[in-house]
Amino acid sequence: MSSTAKKKGFGATIWDYLTTVDHKKIAILYLIAGTLFFVIGGIEAMLIRIQLAKPNNDFVSAGLFNEIITMHGTTMIFLAAMPLLFAFMNAVVPLQIGARDVAFPFLNSLGFWLFFWGGIFLNLSWLLGGAPDAGWTSYASLSLASPGHGIDFYAIGLQISGAGTLISGINFIVTIINMRAPGMTFMRMPLFTWTTFVSSSLILFAFPPLTVGLFFMIFDRMFGSNFFDHTMGGNTIIWEHLFWIFGHPEVYILVLPAFGLYSEIIPTFARKRLFGYSSMVFATILIGFLGFMVWAHHMFTVGLGATANAIFAVATMAIAVPTGMKVFNWLCTMWGGSIKVTTPMLYALGFIPSFVAGGVTGVMQASAPLDYQLHDSYFIVAHFHYVIVGGIVLALFAGAHFYWPIMFNRMLNETLGKITFVVFFIGFHMTFFVQHFLGLMGMPRRVFTYLPNQGLDTYNLISTIGAFLMAIGVVLLVVNVIITTIQNKPCGRDPWGDGRTLEWAIPQPVPYYNFKQTPLVRGLDTYWIEKMEGNKEGMSYAEPISDIHMPNNSIIPFVMVFGLFVAGFGALYNPDADKPWALAVLIIGLAITFGSMIVRSLKDDLGYHISKEELMNEKGGNE
Amino acid sequence: MDLKTKFTPQSWPEHPEAATVEGKNKVLGFWIFLGGETVLFASLFATFLALKNKGPSGMEFSTQNLFELPLAFIMTMLLLTSSLTSVYAMYHMKNYNFKAMQGWLFITVLLGLGFLGFEIYEFTHYIHEGFTFTQSAFGSSFYTLVGTHGLHVVIGLGWIILLMLRNAKRGLNLYNAPKFFIASLYWHFIDVVWVFIFTVVYLMGVIK
Repeated sequence: MSSTAKKKGFGATIWDYLTTVDHKKIAILYLIAGTLFFVIGGIEAMLIRIQLAKPNNDFVSAGLFNEIITMHGTTMIFLAAMPLLFAFMNAVVPLQIGARDVAFPFLNSLGFWLFFWGGIFLNLSWLLGGAPDAGWTSYASLSLASPGHGIDFYAIGLQISGAGTLISGINFIVTIINMRAPGMTFMRMPLFTWTTFVSSSLILFAFPPLTVGLFFMIFDRMFGSNFFDHTMGGNTIIWEHLFWIFGHPEVYILVLPAFGLYSEIIPTFARKRLFGYSSMVFATILIGFLGFMVWAHHMFTVGLGATANAIFAVATMAIAVPTGMKVFNWLCTMWGGSIKVTTPMLYALGFIPSFVAGGVTGVMQASAPLDYQLHDSYFIVAHFHYVIVGGIVLALFAGAHFYWPIMFNRMLNETLGKITFVVFFIGFHMTFFVQHFLGLMGMPRRVFTYLPNQGLDTYNLISTIGAFLMAIGVVLLVVNVIITTIQNKPCGRDPWGDGRTLEWAIPQPVPYYNFKQTPLVRGLDTYWIEKMEGNKEGMSYAEPISDIHMPNNSIIPFVMVFGLFVAGFGALYNPDADKPWALAVLIIGLAITFGSMIVRSLKDDLGYHISKEELMNEKGGNE
Repeated sequence: MDLKTKFTPQSWPEHPEAATVEGKNKVLGFWIFLGGETVLFASLFATFLALKNKGPSGMEFSTQNLFELPLAFIMTMLLLTSSLTSVYAMYHMKNYNFKAMQGWLFITVLLGLGFLGFEIYEFTHYIHEGFTFTQSAFGSSFYTLVGTHGLHVVIGLGWIILLMLRNAKRGLNLYNAPKFFIASLYWHFIDVVWVFIFTVVYLMGVIK
């Protein structure tokens, strides 16, 4: 085993990626798969906006429209935003804490394939008789009445990909607790690592309720149970509770790593230590904690009673406090800094006002009486797109530009990057700002058309034009990636020149074992400290060069998940009288999965060692 | 990690499950996983409490006339004892006494199988009376909660049996010690969940 890049055939490369357990390669897999689903979700968004561009439009039918909005929401949340964040977590977190890999490399691969096959399963619904059509929240009273298999694809697909997310979450928690380099105390961890840690903890506690809810949905629709059927004693509100006990923390699962990305980008380009580091950590934990206390604010109009609504309203408003702390900390970091406006910094600058706008409308909705007016209107759509696009998508774009050198040893084109930002940013505000007014004027969300001359026409047209600008922005980013790949110019270590943390100190391209010697962390922003002291190598070391233990590649995760994918179809078609083979498929699929689990248990997997001599001989990609 | 290293009870580390980095990660990761499992069962308990005794109008089944405490008591005793025997097994694991560990694990498995037998008997009995998974929301939530626990018992048994068979010939080493340890953690977790099921489902169920 040697790291020297051998010329490999196409098949060998594919096999390498199917079996890899290397966090850097899994990051690339997440990036590719997440982008694929992001584009699919984006196309769905465009279809929605085209349909709503003018009144009484018949571009798509009402039924198809329901399928499109459902798939747009589900795809963007579960299959685009989360995997893309996982891409950065995988690429950066082990490097930031000075680790050679995550705690469970095998599970890392398993988590990715679960997400990927779950997403494919969900999207195959388009080809196999219709997509889910009960909204991304899939409220039971709607979804139980939905004909066809759309909802079944939703329930089983999310079940599979949700398991992957849970596994990845556990993996990151253990990695961050156990795998930190000497000297990397908790209060020296970079903010992106901190937010990954808190967000993974949220995953741990938020996903099991979704799992349970989805099982109830699967049982009710496919195996004849009665959880949500009131004629049989069931209760449809149980789904809403379980969904939102998951669904609200999910918002923070997404936005906290985004905050983390900004907290890396802003100090880097303000060339100043992050202001109020410990209060940032505290705010992150507090947001994570409060995130579990507020789910019923999605259910103000269900009729839980004034007391419940009041408690959840106050708890919701409380979240504005730690979030406000963060915003002021970012502003104070920039205050007096020597700011360099690069593309990632531009996104960070655009993020602050956009996200604050989304936060303010959030506090408005937290007030339960006002929410009775705003509920299920376009105001809500405007609010959560301000938070998700203004917070998370801008972070993903910023992160892509910022961390491209870490992931690929290449720089994305800065000029094109700035143009992308301008186009996307203008498009984003054009699309969603006017939707606040549409909502206040009474346009309900999830309607497939509206009548002319009700004052809705102009704003909807503006919104659609904005959506096209956003699409152009995304295309520009893709063009940028293609240009960068073709130019193929290695950029070396720390190309921004202002890196502060360990991931910038590592030689490029990153060796497959990451750190030849475990680094010694001497403070917050350890690379910056070394640079200021004139250390050319960029790190102090905690150990002499010695043998490195590495995990083996494995195809088992892929096979294990493929079994679940097959079993999913069995469960899905089980209730159909004309498909007697369904049960057999279910059993075969589960047999593949459990079989590969047994193989995994029986076969010892001890990994291998890279010898000290081999490491000494390697140049290790110096710059 | 070298599997060939031979240990004696003296050279065997005090915490063999956490003597390697992999072992440390496994133990911590499994504790964290159990945190997630706790939330999973909490959701199932909440649903059961919400749907208990709820069914189509005129349903004659209720926790009061279905459940029999003697049966639940025997099951509880079997499972609690199996938790104790798995503690003995881990005691011997830490003392590098492989044979004794296997012996206690074997007793653990027998007790677990006994529990499972009674559970299957209980379920078939109810189904025979007409109280099924699809009969009412009560039935759905009862079988899902208790059945999920039962599934955990099955997985736990399969896991322990597989570990015993796989390592029967080669004895203890630092590679499989964490595996035995977390399997026993899992078994304890199953036991704790049952304590809650016994209380919330059976004891609170028979109160008139």
